[in-house]
Amino acid sequence: MNHVYADNAATTALSDTAFNAMLPYLKEQFGNPSSLYMAGQKAQEALYQARETVARCLHADPKEITFTSGGSEADNQAILTGAFLGAQKGKKHLISSAFEHHAVLHTLKKLEKQGFEVTLLPVHEDGFVRVDELREAIREDTALVTVMFANNEIGTIQPIAEIGAVCREKGVLFHTDAVQAAGHVPIDVQAMGIDLLSLSAHKFHGPKGVGALYAKKGVRLFTLIEGGAQERGKRAGTENVPGIVGMAAALEEACAGMEKNNLSIKGLRDRIAAQLTKIPHSKINGVPERGLAGTLNMCFEGVEGESLLLLLDDRGISASSGSACTSGSLDPSHVLLALGLPHEVAHGSLRLSLSAYNTEEDARRIIEHVPQVVAYLREMSPVWKDLEEGKRKHVI
Amino acid sequence: MLYSEKVMDHFRNPRNLGTIDNADAIGEVGNAKCGDIMKMYLKIENGIITDVKFNTFGCGSAIATSSMATEMIKGKPIEEALQLSNRAVVEALDGLPAHKIHCSVLAEEAVKAALIDYYAHHPELEKPAALPEAIHCEDCAHCG
Ligand SMILES: Cc1ncc(COP(=O)(O)O)c(C=O)c1O
Repeated sequence: MNHVYADNAATTALSDTAFNAMLPYLKEQFGNPSSLYMAGQKAQEALYQARETVARCLHADPKEITFTSGGSEADNQAILTGAFLGAQKGKKHLISSAFEHHAVLHTLKKLEKQGFEVTLLPVHEDGFVRVDELREAIREDTALVTVMFANNEIGTIQPIAEIGAVCREKGVLFHTDAVQAAGHVPIDVQAMGIDLLSLSAHKFHGPKGVGALYAKKGVRLFTLIEGGAQERGKRAGTENVPGIVGMAAALEEACAGMEKNNLSIKGLRDRIAAQLTKIPHSKINGVPERGLAGTLNMCFEGVEGESLLLLLDDRGISASSGSACTSGSLDPSHVLLALGLPHEVAHGSLRLSLSAYNTEEDARRIIEHVPQVVAYLREMSPVWKDLEEGKRKHVI
Repeated sequence: MLYSEKVMDHFRNPRNLGTIDNADAIGEVGNAKCGDIMKMYLKIENGIITDVKFNTFGCGSAIATSSMATEMIKGKPIEEALQLSNRAVVEALDGLPAHKIHCSVLAEEAVKAALIDYYAHHPELEKPAALPEAIHCEDCAHCG
């Protein structure tokens, strides 16, 4: 029996289109794009084409695209750019949201230690920042606003165009971590007022270890990696040509098929949600109708997420959880806590994230197995027993 | 792999899973806030643990360590059960990842908590020297 892969927010399978586009650059076309002879120039041409493609998908200019090693690097570079440019003008205030990816939050933490002040906007119970609260938070000395396009755990899509408009009006640089959004929702950096945007290939059926940073013309990027003149001196190191070519092919494919894919992905997701919400004392985190088509994040009271995942894996289903045990730390996911969920409920979370590669059969098996595993774990859970006997109050 | 074969075996097929209706002693340790609670039920006859069952809310290693701990004390005299160390549980499971060691501590404490409960109900019995006064969840480094 095939495995049901329902963890596409973690990473995705490489598409055939991307794979085939990459093949020549892994083997025969191995030239260094900086070399002047034919093989090098062919690689250079491939980079040129890839840059055009990525730019087109974002409504950007190819000169505004810098290739990186992935989403984390792009996030780091974007935020350090905002901080550096701000500091030059004496602006040392940064605004973000409470449920950003660690690539953003940890970079902000580092800047805080260097004397920057950080305001994290609340994301409320529903998982959205409020534009009026952002407006309130912007100060004279605000150097950068960085708010993610779509959240990686609960999928909520933030009001990016509105945020962009406020930032434009206030003259503040705006970065968005679009790692979960690129290839999944329409992005127009111009119309949305985005100055800096990060994306990562492996979230849209491209290869791992490659991403891109869009920086609006005139925004001088801070260099993280010094060295050669690659990427116009903004990111040294011989380019990952096969990776970049694969990313461009995957993004083009994802953008072309976006509407159709989202319709079918959402159909599966909603079918699953309709069944899993029948599990008593369960709850959906975020607002699926205002989120990524494939993301479904739920909490089940009285169970712990890691055991849930391991048992689902035994039944051939790969998913993810925001429990402490899976986050590798002692606390459950900061995203779920930011929604105001109590720790004990956040420990019992399950994230299913679907892609266009999931089938009706996958949905059927998720619908069959999740309730069984939840029931089994509740049966052995002293917490559930206390809840049932009224010794502990149900929270959801 | 995150877990050894032994851990996965005890997680998938927990031994002594369940509750005992008229248990002689019950010990509960952990905190739902931290993501794991273990509850241990004992039947004790003439100083021997004749039966033991457990219920656990927690991750894979919490379930596996509970299961292993129950196996290691079943049929043993109280004094011997009090000697059960978290390290022995970890060894019996062929190791645990570093950040999961606290689960084995919880298993050891669940046994001790149940035995404390036993002597609380039997003031006429002389307490073994190895019996702790109490188990303090707050002491656990897990929650900090
Ligand atoms: C929202 C978000 N930002 C950043 C990243 C980091 O991307 P990468 O793994 O390419 O470094 C991820 C994925 O892990 C993500 O989901």
